[in-house]
Amino acid sequence: MADVAVQHSVAGAYEPSLFGTYSKKIGMWLFLLSDSLTFGALLFAYSYGRVSTPNWPTPFGKSSIINATIMTVCLLSSSLTMVLGVLASKKGDHKATVKWLLATMFFGALFVVLHAKEWSGLITEGLRPFSNPWAKNVPQFGGTFFTLTGMHMLHVTIGVCYLGVVALRKKWLPILLGIWLLGWLLTPATNVFHIGIHVLLLVAVISAVILVLKPKVYDAHDVEIAGLYWHFVDLVWMFIFPLVYLMSTKVV
Amino acid sequence: MHDVALKPGVAVHEESRTPYYFVWVALLILTGIEVVLTYDQVFAPIRMLEVLMGLSVIKSAMIIFYFMHLKFEIARMKWVLMVALVVCLTLMFVFFADAFRILSLGVR
Repeated sequence: MADVAVQHSVAGAYEPSLFGTYSKKIGMWLFLLSDSLTFGALLFAYSYGRVSTPNWPTPFGKSSIINATIMTVCLLSSSLTMVLGVLASKKGDHKATVKWLLATMFFGALFVVLHAKEWSGLITEGLRPFSNPWAKNVPQFGGTFFTLTGMHMLHVTIGVCYLGVVALRKKWLPILLGIWLLGWLLTPATNVFHIGIHVLLLVAVISAVILVLKPKVYDAHDVEIAGLYWHFVDLVWMFIFPLVYLMSTKVV
Repeated sequence: MHDVALKPGVAVHEESRTPYYFVWVALLILTGIEVVLTYDQVFAPIRMLEVLMGLSVIKSAMIIFYFMHLKFEIARMKWVLMVALVVCLTLMFVFFADAFRILSLGVR
């Protein structure tokens, strides 16, 4: 009766998938749909404020726009390296997969560093969650800016760590802890990221739990799913960049 | 043929790198257009918002269909995901009527 036996480890062995793909990918798409509503709500809230407030602050000068454009190029390039990583993993080329994933992580990390620099500059100028030095009667600018861009920065940070787990597995943990410790010690105590960098410690603990409880070799499906998450993060920035930065450009 | 294509009930597609390079270049060009439009202040703020969001929708469609591989999924998957996303996000436009009402009332 060998011909009726099914392979329990193979997705879709019992019946064809309704959506023509494996369940993990459908799960990630559903998560991304729910996450798009979270970002959608934040983007619409920002747009509401922007449309209904004629004297909305325009603090982003030439240097900020150049910085944000470089950040955009970083994310777009990271999406290209990610998709090349997915292609390499489908061909079974493990070395190339890891190489492309590391390139993606590099661009993602560069994005976060540039974004953190931008935040620090704005905070030094006096931007706070409930006040700003440019338009006293628009206190909501800081709150909406920090919430929207902070949420996205958190997603990019988690994405870099997620790719680190997929690419390097347990080797990623000491690297992540090293980055956390260095970042914590090198960031001035007055900087918001002196506290914010502890997100990496939390992510390291969660990554350790995942890697210890369910150690596995991540296959092409896992890389593709990680890619879906990464491209989503890129996609959200395609709305944040024009809405937050370009619509608040200070043209002199 | 890669391993995904060998599994039952799973979409099959052949891939080369070239289209992804084209998509990447197109995305960079669109980003450049956005920056130039803003710096030259080609449109009034509300029209600028509409134009920038339009370009963003084109960019996001390219990311979803090429980078996220939705182009290669079966029609049912495409329709369920995109209809759900578009309907839910479109419902949020209801708030803009109020935003424009505040604008027309005048802000002190």
